[in-house]
Amino acid sequence: MSRHRDIRNMDYSDEYDGYDDIYGHSVDDDYYISPSNRQFLYNRENSTRSSESDIKEEDEVEAQLSDTEKVKLESCIDQIKVILDSKNIPHSDLVNTVISQNFDVQRAVNVILEDPKYKQAKYLDKKEKVFTQTTIQPTESESSNVKVVASTPKTATNVTKGFDLPNKLTFTPRSQSPASGRETPVTVLSSDTTEDTKAKAKDVKFDPQQLYKKERGEEKEHLYMIVIGHVDAGKSTLMGHLLYELGQVNQRTMHKYEQESRKLGKQSFMYAWVLDETGEERNRGITMDVGRFQFSTKTKSVTLLDAPGHKDFIPNMISGAGQADVALLVVDATRGEFETGFDFGGQTREHALLVRSLGVTQLAVPINKLDTVSWSKERFDEIVKKLKGFLKQAGFKESDVTFVPCSGLSGQNLTSKPTENELVAWYDGPCLLEVIDNFRSPERPVSKPFRLSINDIFKGTGAAFCVSGRVETGTLSVGDKVLLCPNRESAIVKSLAIEDVSKTIVFAGDQATVTLSGIEMQNVSVGNILCDPQYPVSVASKFQARIVVFNVTVPITKGFPVVLHHQSLVEPAVVRKLISQLNKSTGEVLKKHPRFLGNNTSAIVEIQVSRPIALELYSECKELGRVMLRVGGVTIAAGLITKIIL
Amino acid sequence: MKLVEKNFDKEGVGYVVLIPEESEDMWHAYNLISKGDSVRSTTIRKVQTESSTGSSSSNRVRTTLTITVENIDFDTQACMLRLKGRNIEENQYVKMGAYHTLDLELNRKFSLRKAEWDSVALERIDLACDPTKSADVAAVVMQEGLANVCLITSSMTIVRAKIDVSIPRKRKGFVQQYEKGLTRFYDQVMQAILRHINFDIVKCVLIASPGFVRDQFFDYMFQTAVKTDNKVLLDNKSKFMLVHSSSGFKHSLKEVLQDPAVMNKISDTKASAEVKLLETFYMMLQLEPARAFYGKKHVEKANEAQAIETLLISDNLFRCQDVKLRKEYVKLVDSVKENGGDVRIFSSLHISGEQLEQLTGVAAILRFPMPELEEDDDSAEDD
Ligand SMILES: Nc1nc2c(ncn2[C@@H]2O[C@H](COP(=O)(O)OP(=O)(O)OP(=O)(O)O)[C@@H](O)[C@H]2O)c(=O)[nH]1
Ligand SMILES: [Mg+2]
Repeated sequence: MSRHRDIRNMDYSDEYDGYDDIYGHSVDDDYYISPSNRQFLYNRENSTRSSESDIKEEDEVEAQLSDTEKVKLESCIDQIKVILDSKNIPHSDLVNTVISQNFDVQRAVNVILEDPKYKQAKYLDKKEKVFTQTTIQPTESESSNVKVVASTPKTATNVTKGFDLPNKLTFTPRSQSPASGRETPVTVLSSDTTEDTKAKAKDVKFDPQQLYKKERGEEKEHLYMIVIGHVDAGKSTLMGHLLYELGQVNQRTMHKYEQESRKLGKQSFMYAWVLDETGEERNRGITMDVGRFQFSTKTKSVTLLDAPGHKDFIPNMISGAGQADVALLVVDATRGEFETGFDFGGQTREHALLVRSLGVTQLAVPINKLDTVSWSKERFDEIVKKLKGFLKQAGFKESDVTFVPCSGLSGQNLTSKPTENELVAWYDGPCLLEVIDNFRSPERPVSKPFRLSINDIFKGTGAAFCVSGRVETGTLSVGDKVLLCPNRESAIVKSLAIEDVSKTIVFAGDQATVTLSGIEMQNVSVGNILCDPQYPVSVASKFQARIVVFNVTVPITKGFPVVLHHQSLVEPAVVRKLISQLNKSTGEVLKKHPRFLGNNTSAIVEIQVSRPIALELYSECKELGRVMLRVGGVTIAAGLITKIIL
Repeated sequence: MKLVEKNFDKEGVGYVVLIPEESEDMWHAYNLISKGDSVRSTTIRKVQTESSTGSSSSNRVRTTLTITVENIDFDTQACMLRLKGRNIEENQYVKMGAYHTLDLELNRKFSLRKAEWDSVALERIDLACDPTKSADVAAVVMQEGLANVCLITSSMTIVRAKIDVSIPRKRKGFVQQYEKGLTRFYDQVMQAILRHINFDIVKCVLIASPGFVRDQFFDYMFQTAVKTDNKVLLDNKSKFMLVHSSSGFKHSLKEVLQDPAVMNKISDTKASAEVKLLETFYMMLQLEPARAFYGKKHVEKANEAQAIETLLISDNLFRCQDVKLRKEYVKLVDSVKENGGDVRIFSSLHISGEQLEQLTGVAAILRFPMPELEEDDDSAEDD
């Protein structure tokens, strides 16, 4: 057992080194932050980089074909598969054979049958069994309207059979390493057992990338946007008003809000009511948990996440930020208010640092409530100047940050050019909606093994219950078997939905609602991870992380109790050991076993969580490899998981 | 604790007879008794008797036994000490050398003999028998879906109940599920309070949470109390105090105990003094690191230089099985005191004590900086 562990560790460190290199190259040169910290500020848009280059191999051949040829190719392959059940023959080989035989199915089949390489039983057996299994795939019937994809698996490349076809996996190289199979070494290795054949059924899937293109290609690009900022900056009002102007809230509802908020003496919050829905939030005029809403811009379909600004609700804000691609950092331009939120321990800084550490790189900054300073250009410039310096330091690229003057209450510069003369006089840039439209949608890591982090659990209709959360990586279809970690309980996906619209498949990046069966509701908790049973996530209560310490009032020592945030999970933990202090910019070890870690230091530490959690190495899955450490309601450090211990 | 008798000779060999009177006394006893001591107390023993006809029957007899302690368990929930060891005194029912487990309970007299009574043990007796009682405090630290109902005495913090449920989040058009889940949660917390808090003993109930959870819960609880005419709650309403904490996890009790309003109300608990002192240590580490050290090696070196102003040491170090090691810690304590330093023995049952325990169990604030200590790289720290 312990030997296994060693091997795993070795694997890991090799890979981590490699990953460091790759990562270093992917960052622009004008990036302000030091190279070693870039990892903390990982760019979500690049998250599929490695998997992309993986699947290119086959795409490249296909890329040279014309559209009609591609269609032909697809249908040939499908026919061959029916004839041969060639699901174990690499897709690329099929492609090459078909092309070389000039799209003649008969000849291609002969070539394959004659090739000694494929004569072995393992490629061409089990025909019947596999065939019936593949038809269980529920997605297939659904996609019948799409031309070439028949009800046979299109990509043989997805089939995992131990290490037989190591370079044919669609998963990233890292996830193929023995390390990723560590939870189920038996299944991975014993490729000939019937159990494995059964498990294979799930694996016989479409190429996720292509499927994604097919399913979503027509739609507007989806974008998850979190709205952050100090309490009372006007986040909910700004977004509520924007939604109203976009017609997402009808006039009657708005009128109702206006009447009712007036009764409470809180008429200034009428737009905020669009997002603040609970009685408590409305009565107090404060957002407590993340509010959600859908809207569209010219080119994007946006899911809005309205975060609470109050310090006490940062845990909710973090769980919302974990789902976001981009962020709006709303600041209050009112004299004194901006200063409270920014200079004197307000949440403007903490929120910005948090979203950056959680992988958000694109930011728009609405300078709000400009009506209170008579649309003063000087005030706008003053705030922009202050924020620019800070945001750059926090790791945002200057070109990825846009400042927009606006007023959420009066509605200036939200969905159309401003009309206020004082503003028109000096501002000629885009309105808020245009800025949102200009955000780039990140690539979705759909080819990686499936993971979903649960951030809500509730009763569905009837006896079933639902979980919802962000699909971090991979895809999930109705009927799939999933594993709930850390408890390692299996469940079956009964149905899927995104924003109440039912789906048969969901992809990485989606905020999905999953109806589960075969599992008790009380055995599921927020922060649990649903994953592919064949490629389960790791489960451990002890791990090493490379952390960056923010501004702290007291230093971190060993034995320091913290609250650990990992996706939506919030769990007490202890910093067990300070392993080494690192140079912030070079990453080189400055000191072994430091006595304490002060402000702005970087270090490797060992963290012990009060109970096992589902997690992954940052190098294997960035989404599940990040942690935040908080103490007494203040974020003290952000970390990347570098080693899983137990 | 009631001290019935104390009998030491000039070398410090001897025994004490004690009667534990309240739950905290069991904790003192736990810290007092070490492996190798002998303890005498009444107990129940199952005895097999054979009648003249040859049939055997077993019955329970009450007898007094003396054992040499080999193993000690402390059950915080039942408030009981379980001592296991060999019988060392001739007895009608139990053979010499036979194993027996003595249960020490509240109000059961026991005598304890040690080969050597050191200063730490003697101080523990003084502490245990101190008649000025600090008020017992109950604290409920909570956040949406999580609550810890704790009891805080001067040297123990015990979690009596933990409620951990998942509450659906607010979702478009489905606010009711959230509000229903929240109500059910509040009800569970309220039941836990009624079940675990004895209002005859507890002088103050702290309700701590981030946000508005505490206010909401408090309103819910007293609305319900009025509806159901719950006298216990209504009569004790003035004992409740609402304070801020950053989370519902147990360790945010630390923030609660540092709240000035709380410190005023429960002025004399050891718990908040310990929190404050540990905080002082950390502040020193931040501001003047060469005046704050932890770990046996560093602290001993600082002591050699007579530099220790305040020694923070966890009581679990004195419970250690290794007699030699215990002696070393006792020596450290004595020597710091001799040099005019202040010694604070932290209870490992309090949250600050838990943290100190994780921080090697021993830390010191120095009178003057000793940067030379920082230099000697301490890889022995690695455990
Ligand atoms: N004058 C002026 N007031 C505004 C503007 N935007 C918001 N407000 C006011 O600011 C107050 C707070 O607005 P919210 O939208 O609740 O602020 P928030 O940022 O969502 O607050 P939390 O969610 O609690 O952090 C309300 O009274 C709004 O009417 C604005 O553009 N101009
Ligand atoms: Mg709000």
